[in-house]
Amino acid sequence: MAAIDPVIDVRVQADDFDVGVELGRLEALGGGAVGSFTGIVRGGDGLIALVLEHHPVMTAKTLRQIAEEAAARWPLLGVTLIHRHGRLEPGARIVLVGTASPHRAAALEATMFLIDWLKTRAPFWKQECFADGGKTWVEARSADNAAAEKWGAAHG
Amino acid sequence: MAIEMLYFAWVRERVGMGAERVDPPADIATVADLIGWLAGQSGGHAAAFEDAGRIRAAIDDRFVGLDAAIGGAREIALFPPVTGG
Repeated sequence: MAAIDPVIDVRVQADDFDVGVELGRLEALGGGAVGSFTGIVRGGDGLIALVLEHHPVMTAKTLRQIAEEAAARWPLLGVTLIHRHGRLEPGARIVLVGTASPHRAAALEATMFLIDWLKTRAPFWKQECFADGGKTWVEARSADNAAAEKWGAAHG
Repeated sequence: MAIEMLYFAWVRERVGMGAERVDPPADIATVADLIGWLAGQSGGHAAAFEDAGRIRAAIDDRFVGLDAAIGGAREIALFPPVTGG
C-alpha cells in the first residue's frame, strides 16, 4: 500500500534517549507531520523502580516487524522505536514511538497502532520494586489486549 | 532430542534458572506437552508451570501457540504474557 520506503530505526538499550534529537531526525525526513508517544515510569504506591527484562534475541526483531507492519498500513517516511531495559526509576523514559508522514492522520494513527501492538507483542516484562522491598511482576492487562486487537491481524 | 530452554520473568524465577538443556521423551510432541513434562521435573518447575494457560512460548525466536509442534526445535522460550511499553 505504502509507495514510499520508510526509514525504520529500532533500538533496544539500557541508556536514556533524547526525545528532541529523535523527533528532529523524523522532522528532517521532510514529511510535514511527525507523531510521537513517550512512555514514562509512573510513580506512586511506594514504587521505587521498574526493572524491565527482555528476550535479547527477539526484542529488536519483533520491534522491527511491528514497525514494518505500520509502514505497510500507513504512508510513513520514518518510524523510530526505542525501548529501554534494565532498572528505571519513576519519571524515567521507557519507550519512544515516533512516526513521520506527509499526513497528520497517518502519523498519529500509526503512533497509536505502534504503541498498542508493542505493548502486547514485544517480549518485555516489567517488575515493580517497592520501598518496603516487595517486588511484583506486572500482569498483562485485558484493556491492552483489546486496544491491540482493534487494529486487526497482521498483514503478512 | 535435546532442546535449549529459555525462561523469562516469573517463569525464570520459579524454575530457578534462566536457561537449561532438556531432553524430553519422544512422545512429547507439542509445547503444551513439554510444559506438562517440565512441570514434573522439580518443585520450581511445578510452580512455574502449574497453570499452562498463563504461559506463552517462542520456538527458535518465533512466537507460537501452545499447540505448536516442537519437532526440530533448537531453542524454546517459555514466559508470561508480555508487559512492555
